[in-house]
Amino acid sequence: MQAKLQILAIVASSGLVLIVFELLRRRRLIERYALLWLGSSLLLLGLSIWTGLLEVISKAIGIVYPPNALFMIAFAFVLVLLMHFSLAISRLSGETKVLAQKVARLDKDMRDLSAAEDGEPLPGVSAEVEETVSN
Amino acid sequence: MGFLDRHPRSLAIVPAYNEEGNVRYVVEAIHAQAPDFDVLVIDDGSTDETATCAREAGAQVLVHPFNLGIGGAMQSGYRFACEEGYHEAVQVDADGQHDPAEIPKLRAGMREHEVDMAWGSRFLEQTDYKAPFTRRLGIWLFSVVLSAISRQRVTDPTSGFRLCNRRAIELFARDYPHDYPEVEGILMLHAHRLRAREVPVQMHPRRDGRSSITSGESIYYMVKVLLAIFVGLFRRRPVVDPGFEAPVAAERGI
Repeated sequence: MQAKLQILAIVASSGLVLIVFELLRRRRLIERYALLWLGSSLLLLGLSIWTGLLEVISKAIGIVYPPNALFMIAFAFVLVLLMHFSLAISRLSGETKVLAQKVARLDKDMRDLSAAEDGEPLPGVSAEVEETVSN
Repeated sequence: MGFLDRHPRSLAIVPAYNEEGNVRYVVEAIHAQAPDFDVLVIDDGSTDETATCAREAGAQVLVHPFNLGIGGAMQSGYRFACEEGYHEAVQVDADGQHDPAEIPKLRAGMREHEVDMAWGSRFLEQTDYKAPFTRRLGIWLFSVVLSAISRQRVTDPTSGFRLCNRRAIELFARDYPHDYPEVEGILMLHAHRLRAREVPVQMHPRRDGRSSITSGESIYYMVKVLLAIFVGLFRRRPVVDPGFEAPVAAERGI
C-alpha cells in the first residue's frame, strides 16, 4: 500500500478510536453501543498499520488492490453497525409503547380516584354495571 | 422534612425478575430473620406473578413496566430508599442465594470498620460454592483488577449481598451502573472516597429455577465491564456530584 494512503488510513482510524473513547469518557456514549464502534475502529487501525495481514486477506478473497479490501471491511462494519441500530431502535420503540400504555392507565386511575373523592360516578360506567360489581 | 427527623429505618431491596417461585420465601425470610428491615421488592418487568407473590408476603412492591436489568432495578430501589429517608439499605437477591440471617454480620462489619458499604464474600472463608467456569473466570479477573485499583483485597466482587449506609444510598440513587453493577459499584465508591469492605458470609445455591446468564453472555459482560472500568480510570469524577450536570441531560456539543 502507498505510504500516503497508509498514513491517511492510520490517522482516520486512530481518530475514530479517540472520538469513541472521549465520548465514553464524557458519558455521552454508553458501553453497550461503544463496544462495536471500538472493535471496528481498532480492527481498522490494526489493518492499516499491519498491511501484511491486509494483503493476505485481499489475496484470499481475490482483491487485486489491498486498500480496496480495507474499504470492503469498513463497509461491512458499517452494515453491522446499522443493523445494530435498527435492533436498538426496535427495542426502544417497544419500550416507549409500553411506557405510553402505562401512563395512559395511570392517568385514568388518577382521574377515577379524584372523581370518587368528589363523590361523582365513574364516567363511562353505567349504574347498573356498578351495582352488579358492588354486589 | 429531612430524613433525620424520623427514627432511623432500614430497607431490604429485593430485585426480582420472574422469581414467583422464590420471592415469597425470600420476603418471609427477611421478615423473620431481620425484622427491623422494611422489604421493597422491585419487580423488573416480570411476566409471572412475582409482584402478587411479593405483595401477599407483605412487601412493598415497585413494578417496572418493562425489564431494565439488574442495574436499573437496583437504582430504583436506592432511589426509593433515598427519597423515603432510609438510613441503610441491604440488597438481597430474590433467588434465595443470600441468607437474611447473615445481615447482622454485614451490619457488624460495617460498624466495626466504619465503612459506607459492607458486602458479603463467599470466598473469604472456605465455603462450598460451585460455579460454572466462565463465571469463576469473571470473578477471578474482576477480583484482580479491583484489588489493584482499590488497593484492598477483593475476593468476591460480583456478590450482590451488600449493605449501604445513607452516603452510599445517596450516591447510588444519583448514578448506578448497568451490567454487573456490583463490580462497577465498588469502583464508584472508591472514586468518591467512600469506604467499602468485604465480610465473610455463607450463601446458598439458587432455590428454584435457573440463572438467566449463559456463558457466552458472561464473556460479553466481562468485556463490557472491563471497558467500563478502563474508561472510568480516565474520568476525573466517574459519576456526578450534587449540582453537576445530570447523568441523563439534553445534548450539548457533539
